[in-house]
Amino acid sequence: MGRFHRHDDGHGNDDGYGHGHGDHTGYTTGGERVEVLERIFDENDRTAAANRADLDAAGVTCVNLMSSPGAGKTAVLRETLRQLQDRVRVGIVEGDIETSIDADRLAGFGASISLLNTSNGFGGECHLDAPMVRSALARLPLDALDLVLVENVGNLVCPAEFAVGEHHRAMIHAVTEGEEKPLKYPVMFRSADLVLVNKIDLLPHLDVDLALFHRNLQAVNPGVRVIETSARTGQGIDEWCAWLTAGR
Amino acid sequence: MHELSICQSIVDAVERHAAGRPVRAVHLTVGALRQIVPDTLTFCWELVTEATPLAGSQLVVDHVAAVVRCLPCNRRQTLTEMNLVCDVCGGSDLSIVAGEEFLITTLELAEA
Ligand SMILES: Nc1nc2c(ncn2[C@@H]2O[C@H](COP(=O)(O)OP(=O)(O)O)[C@@H](O)[C@H]2O)c(=O)[nH]1
Ligand SMILES: [Mg+2]
Ligand SMILES: [Zn+2]
Repeated sequence: MGRFHRHDDGHGNDDGYGHGHGDHTGYTTGGERVEVLERIFDENDRTAAANRADLDAAGVTCVNLMSSPGAGKTAVLRETLRQLQDRVRVGIVEGDIETSIDADRLAGFGASISLLNTSNGFGGECHLDAPMVRSALARLPLDALDLVLVENVGNLVCPAEFAVGEHHRAMIHAVTEGEEKPLKYPVMFRSADLVLVNKIDLLPHLDVDLALFHRNLQAVNPGVRVIETSARTGQGIDEWCAWLTAGR
Repeated sequence: MHELSICQSIVDAVERHAAGRPVRAVHLTVGALRQIVPDTLTFCWELVTEATPLAGSQLVVDHVAAVVRCLPCNRRQTLTEMNLVCDVCGGSDLSIVAGEEFLITTLELAEA
């Protein structure tokens, strides 16, 4: 979860902070009150923990890959599979399918691919949640894998809120997206353990101020690791692969 | 954007706690660091509860500001923007004290 030390939602901190669940709403109540104190993401988080336990039991590292649409998740994954194919046994949870062409782009490198259909369903198209990833993991041979990469739905808001059981969160930011994205989507940017600055090959054609982007990024996620990449030229993909496979 | 699926999980929890009793209002606590749009949440609540026993119940949102504490110097401050730097020592090793809450606090039951 980036560099932030999370507190549980309002419980167990001694900073003198309280919610005050008293009768402060200003209207009279005839009916009884029932105290609930239930975290709304509890159910998702429980399933995420179960996913994580299954991954740990199989010795698999899982990375949740997030970006806005078109930043290059599939393109970077393709280059990643190309580079790792003889060394690391990779599974892909593909949750961002626009057409079957996306899945085809990842075929041929020996990876196991589990497709999640997020195009319809109840509110399911804007992010992956832990139960969805659980069903996708069930279709992967976890015991025969070292690494599972999850391509999340292209969206800078919702995926940040839903843990799926990953060990690390990586984000792709394309240089074509300008300098301000970290300030506009701070929750996403600060939840990342690593940010890939992709499409770096396009830099000569753009007016983007990369130094300003880095300042904005460091303001919301101080000290976050950054790798400049290009899925086109392969720049930085080896460094990214080294990060993915570190500790093995 | 994800308010619809969130409302569905709120409905599930509320139905569990209400155990069949009629509910008049549901109180939530939402931290400023949560990407929840209250109006969208209220709108989705009406949508999701329509034609269910929770139809007509009210969703009441209590907001909590984002508060951070600087680990080296212990200074607490309330964030007005996402500028994660201590205004005393300039350090950026901050711990989030409040602002990430997202919970159902109480149900108000209707008089039967
Ligand atoms: N020039 C260049 N184009 C890229 C790079 N990465 C991705 N693209 C292109 O950007 C478009 C969107 O990439 P895609 O991988 O589908 O993005 P996704 O939606 O995040 O999966 C495609 O046309 C890719 O070929 C890159 O590093 N350099
Ligand atoms: Mg894609
Ligand atoms: Zn300080």
